[in-house]
Amino acid sequence: MTDRDLILNCENVVVDYDGFKALNNCNFSVYYNELRVVIGPNGAGKTTLLDVICGKTKPTSGKVVFGKGINLVGKNAEDIAKLGVGRKFQAPSVYSNLSVWQNLDLSVKRASKGVFPTLMGRSSPAERERIDEVLKTIGLSDHAHDRAGSMSHGQKQWLEIGMVILQDPSLLLVDEPVAGMSDKETEQTGRLLTALSEKQAIVVIEHDMDFVRQIARIVTVLAEGTVICEGTVETVQANDRVREIYLGRAKVAH
Amino acid sequence: MPEPVASQQNSRETVTFYLLGFIFLIVLPLLNVMPSEDSWLHVSDFRLNQFGKFLAFAVLALGLDLIWGYCGVLSLGQGVFFGFGAYCMGMYLSLQIGKESVYGSELPDFMVWTQVKELPLFWYPFKSFIGGFFGAMLVPMLFAAIFGFLAFRSRIKGVYFAIITQALAFAAWLVFNRNETRLGGTNGLTDFKQLLGFRLSDPSTQRGLYILTVLALASSYMLCRWIVASRAGKVLIAIRDSESRVTFSGYTPWMYKLFVFVVAAGLAGLSGMLYVPQVGIITPAQIGVLPSLEVVIWVAVGGRGTLIGAILGAVAVNYGRSVLTNYFPEAWPFILGGLFVVVVTMFPDGLVGMIRKLSERKKTHTPLIKAEGSTAA
Amino acid sequence: MISLARTPKKLLALVPFVFLSLGMGLQPALAVDEPEQTDSATRPSGDPIEQALIDLKGEDAAARNKAAEVLIEKGDASLIPRLDEIREMGGRAVRQAVKPVVDVLKNRANLASDSPDSRRSAASDLASTGRKEAIPYLKQAAEKEQVWWVRYTMEESRHFLELNSGDPAVQLEAVKKLGELRSLNSVTALKELVEAAQQADATDQQKILAAAAEAAIDRIESWSSWASAIETLFRGISLSSILLIMSLGLAIVFGLMGVINMAHGELMMIGAYATFITQQAFIAWLSPDVFDWYFPVALPVAFLSAALFGWVLEATVIRFLYGRLLETLLATWGVSLILMQAARVYFGDLTAVIAPGALRGGAQVMVGVYLPYNRIFIIVLSIICVMGIYFLLFRSNLGIRVRSVTQNRNMSACLGIPTRKVDSYTFAFASGLAGIAGWALTMVGNVDPGLGQNYIVDAFMVVVTGGVGKLAGTIWASLGIGGLNKLIEPVSGAVYGKVFVLVGVILFLQWRPQGLFAAKGRSADA
Repeated sequence: MTDRDLILNCENVVVDYDGFKALNNCNFSVYYNELRVVIGPNGAGKTTLLDVICGKTKPTSGKVVFGKGINLVGKNAEDIAKLGVGRKFQAPSVYSNLSVWQNLDLSVKRASKGVFPTLMGRSSPAERERIDEVLKTIGLSDHAHDRAGSMSHGQKQWLEIGMVILQDPSLLLVDEPVAGMSDKETEQTGRLLTALSEKQAIVVIEHDMDFVRQIARIVTVLAEGTVICEGTVETVQANDRVREIYLGRAKVAH
Repeated sequence: MPEPVASQQNSRETVTFYLLGFIFLIVLPLLNVMPSEDSWLHVSDFRLNQFGKFLAFAVLALGLDLIWGYCGVLSLGQGVFFGFGAYCMGMYLSLQIGKESVYGSELPDFMVWTQVKELPLFWYPFKSFIGGFFGAMLVPMLFAAIFGFLAFRSRIKGVYFAIITQALAFAAWLVFNRNETRLGGTNGLTDFKQLLGFRLSDPSTQRGLYILTVLALASSYMLCRWIVASRAGKVLIAIRDSESRVTFSGYTPWMYKLFVFVVAAGLAGLSGMLYVPQVGIITPAQIGVLPSLEVVIWVAVGGRGTLIGAILGAVAVNYGRSVLTNYFPEAWPFILGGLFVVVVTMFPDGLVGMIRKLSERKKTHTPLIKAEGSTAA
Repeated sequence: MISLARTPKKLLALVPFVFLSLGMGLQPALAVDEPEQTDSATRPSGDPIEQALIDLKGEDAAARNKAAEVLIEKGDASLIPRLDEIREMGGRAVRQAVKPVVDVLKNRANLASDSPDSRRSAASDLASTGRKEAIPYLKQAAEKEQVWWVRYTMEESRHFLELNSGDPAVQLEAVKKLGELRSLNSVTALKELVEAAQQADATDQQKILAAAAEAAIDRIESWSSWASAIETLFRGISLSSILLIMSLGLAIVFGLMGVINMAHGELMMIGAYATFITQQAFIAWLSPDVFDWYFPVALPVAFLSAALFGWVLEATVIRFLYGRLLETLLATWGVSLILMQAARVYFGDLTAVIAPGALRGGAQVMVGVYLPYNRIFIIVLSIICVMGIYFLLFRSNLGIRVRSVTQNRNMSACLGIPTRKVDSYTFAFASGLAGIAGWALTMVGNVDPGLGQNYIVDAFMVVVTGGVGKLAGTIWASLGIGGLNKLIEPVSGAVYGKVFVLVGVILFLQWRPQGLFAAKGRSADA
C-alpha cells in the first residue's frame, strides 16, 4: 500500500431524485492517508456524495470502489461501516440517553457486532484504555459519565468525531465538523483532523474557508452534482469557473 | 465503574425490586395463611389470586417495556403473543379435564357442541404438560420471529410497525373467534379442573400458582435486567436515540429489534401461561386490539424505560381497575382513556419518573432516561 | 293498491268507486283490456262471476276449484275486497281456494301500478303463483312497459309460466327465451326439465326440451358468473370508497401534521350521531313531508360537529404532542375510548337512520347486476371529497399555507403565517371530513358506538400502504385494499379475507417499506 494508491474511486455516479440530479456523473477519488476537503455551493451534492459512499443513498448508476476493488454500491450501510468507512453527520448524531463513555464504547471496532456477542461482551482493558485515550483527545474526560444529551453542541460534535475515530476507519467521511463551533474549537478540530490523516484517509465537507485553508492540501469543488475543479486552495481560488459559481461570496473572493 | 450514570438509579431500582419481592413473595402469602379470616390484615384467597393475575400481567408488561421503553419500537400486538401462550396452556388444561367435562367426553366440551368427532392434530402436543409448557413459550416466540423478521428486515419502523402490529392483533382476534379454528370460538377455553394432578379449585393450588408467578416474574425481571445492562442493552437504547448512527457504527439494528421482539413475545407467552390456570378462562376477548393497547398503558403509567416501572404500572392499573369496576362499572373506559391522555401528555415518564423528579428536587440532579424527541420514525 | 286487501271494512262500500277512479286515472291498460267490466256490485245475478263467488264459499271442493278458475280467468281486481271477505269468513279449505285467486288478481292489477318496483314485484309474484292464466296479462304488460328491467321481469315471468303450458312448442320456445334472457330465477325449473328427461320413461319430446334447457342453463350460468364478477367489483369499489373517505382525513393529519389520530373513527361516529340527531329533530318538530330533507341538512351538522370536536381535541391534547408520532397515537386512542364509552352510555348500543327516499332501492343496470343507490352515493361522495381536498390543498391559498407549514414550520412562521391557526384549522378540517364519512356511513350501516372501530384498522392500513401524506397513494391503496377484501371474501369468508389482506400488506411493505408513494430525496429521512 503506497500513498499513491486510491482508497476510494467514484466513477460516473448519478443520483436522481425524481428528475433532480443531486449527483450528475460525478467522478471523485481519494488516496490513502489523504486529507481531502470538498467545497461547493449549497445543493452542489456534497452531502449526497458522502451518503452514496457510506451506503445511505443508493446511486441511480455509477460505481463506487473502496480499497482493493470492493464495490460499495448495493451494500448495506452497516456492512460498509464494517469495511472501514466511518461517517460523521452534519447535525451531531449521538445517543443522547447514554453516557459519553457508553457512546464511545458502542462505537469501538470489534470483531463482531452481532446480537449475541454484544449481549455477552465486556470491554477489555485494552479497549478501555483506548476509549480513555480518545476521551482525552476530544477533551471530554471530565464528562465521561454524563448523559450525552446534556452536552453542548460543540461537545456533541467532538463526541461524534471520537465515536468515528474508535471505529478505526480507513476512510473517514466528515460533514461540516466545525459548524457552530467557536474559533478556538475550530482550530482544535483542524489540528485533530490533520493528526488523524497521518493514519487514515479523510474527506471533509466544509464551508468555512479559513478552516479549509488551515487543513487542506487538495480541495475538490463540487457544483450541480459534478466535480468542476480539483487542486490546492490557491489553484482552486484562481479558477474562473469556481469564481463564477461563488461570485459574490466574500469568503472565496478574498 | 464504567457506567455510573445509571448506578444511582440502578441501586434504587434494586432496593425497590427486593422490597417488592419481599412483599409479594413473603408478606402477601403469609397474610393469606396466618391471620384469622376476619382480621383486617387478612388477605383473602380471592385477593391473592387476583394479585397472581396482576403479577402475570406484569411479566407481559416487562416484555413490552423491553421493546418499547428501551428500543423505542411500539408493538400494539403483545396481546396476540399473550394469547398464544394462554391458549397453549389452555389447551393442555382442557385436555386434562377428561371425563369430568359436562358431556363426559374425552374431547373438550366445545368440540362436542361443534360436532368435532376427533381431536384435531394440532391439539396432540398439548396432551402432555411438557407440550403445554414449551408450546406456551415457543409458539409466540416462533411467531414473533417470523413476523418480526418480515417487519424489521424491511425496515418497517415506528408508527408503521405500530399499525401493522395492531392489524395483527385485530386479525388474530378475528381468527380466534372462529369456530373452525377449533379453539373454542368466542367462548374460548374454560372449565379447567386440574393441573399436574392438583385441583385448580383448591386454595392451596392457587397459592402455589401465585408463588410460581412471583418467582417467574422475578426471573423475568432478572433476565430483562441482564439484557438491559449488557452492551446489547445499550445498543437498544442507542437504536431508540439514533438508529442511523447505530447502523453507521456497524451494528445491524433490525437484528437487535428482532431479538427483543422475540424475547418480549416469550415473556408474553409466559404471562399467558401463568394467567390461564389462575383465572380459569381464556377467550379471544383477551387478545384483541384493546387488550394489547392496555399493556401499553400499564407500561406508560409505570414509567417506560425502567423495568420496575413496568411491574408497578401493571399492578397499579389492574388493581385500580378491579377496585373501580366494582363501584362504577361504566366508568372504567373513561378512566382508562383519561389515563392514556394524561400520562402521555403530562407524565411521559410515568410513576417512576414522578418519584425520581421528587427525589431529584431534594438531591442533586441525576439525569434520567428521557423520551427525548420521542421514538417516532 | 297492494294495501287494498287490508282496507278496513268500513271503507269497503266506497272501494269500487275509489278503485274505478284510480283505475281510470292510472290504469289505462286495465280499462282498455276489459272494456265490458263495470262496477261488479251492479252485475245481475246469474252472472258467472257472482255464481263463482258463491261456489267458492261452498263445501264442494271440485266446485270451489272450478269457481277459482273462473274467477282467475274472468275476474278483476275489483273483486279483491269481496274475496278478502270470503277468505276471512271461510274455513281453511276456502282460504286455500281463495288465495291463488287473490294473488293472481291483485298482482295482475299491480302490473299497471305507478311504481316500477311494484310492477316488477307483481310480475315476479305472478311467476311464483304458477298460474298460466297470467301469461296473456304479462305479455300485454310487457309490450307497454317502458322501464327495461321491469319489462325484463315480465318477460321472464311469462316464459317461466309458459314452461308449464303443456304445449311442447310453447315450452321449447320458452326455454330458449329464458336462456336468452339469462334468467337466473328459472335455473331450478330448467334443471327439473333436464332431470325429467333422464327418467326411463321420458318421451322424445321431453328429451328435446331437456337439450334446449341444458343449453339455456349453460348460457345463464356463464352470464351469471360475469354478473357476479361485476357485482364483486362494485362491492369492492364501494368498500374502497368508504375506506377512502375515512383515510383522507387520517392521511391529512398524518402526512401534513405528523399526527396519528386513533380517534378518527370516533370523529366519524360523531358525524353519524349528528345525522341521527338531525333525523330525530325532523321527526319531532317538522312535518313528515319534509322528512327526507333531514339528510342534506345533516351534512353540515355532521361536518361542523366533528370539526368542532376536532378543534377542541387539537387545542387540548394534540398540540402538546407535535413531533411525537407514537404519543399522538396513544393519546388519541385514549380519547377514542372515552368517546366510545360516552356514546354507549348516552345513546345505548344500537340506533339506525332511515335512508331518504332517493337513496333507497337501487338500479338494475343489467341482468343480474343490481347496484344499490346508497353504495353509488358513497362512491360519488368519495370522488367529490378527493376533488375537494385536491383543490383545497393544491389550488387554494389555505392549501399553500398548510403545505408550507408542513415543510418548514419556522420559516413559515417567519413569513407571517399563523402556524398555530393553520394547525388547528387543518386538524378541524380533517375531523370534519371524518364527520362527513360518518354521515355517509349511516346509509350503509347502523349507527352504533363501535362504528369507527369497524373500519379504523383497515383505514390505517390504507394510509400506511399508500405512503404518508400522499393523496394519490391513499386513493390507490384504498382501491387496492378494498378491492382485495371483496375479492377474497367470496372465496375465504370475511375473516380470512382480512387476514390475507394483512399478510398482503406486510409483504407489500417488504417491497416498499415507505408505502406506495414514498417521499424521496432530502426530506425522506427527516
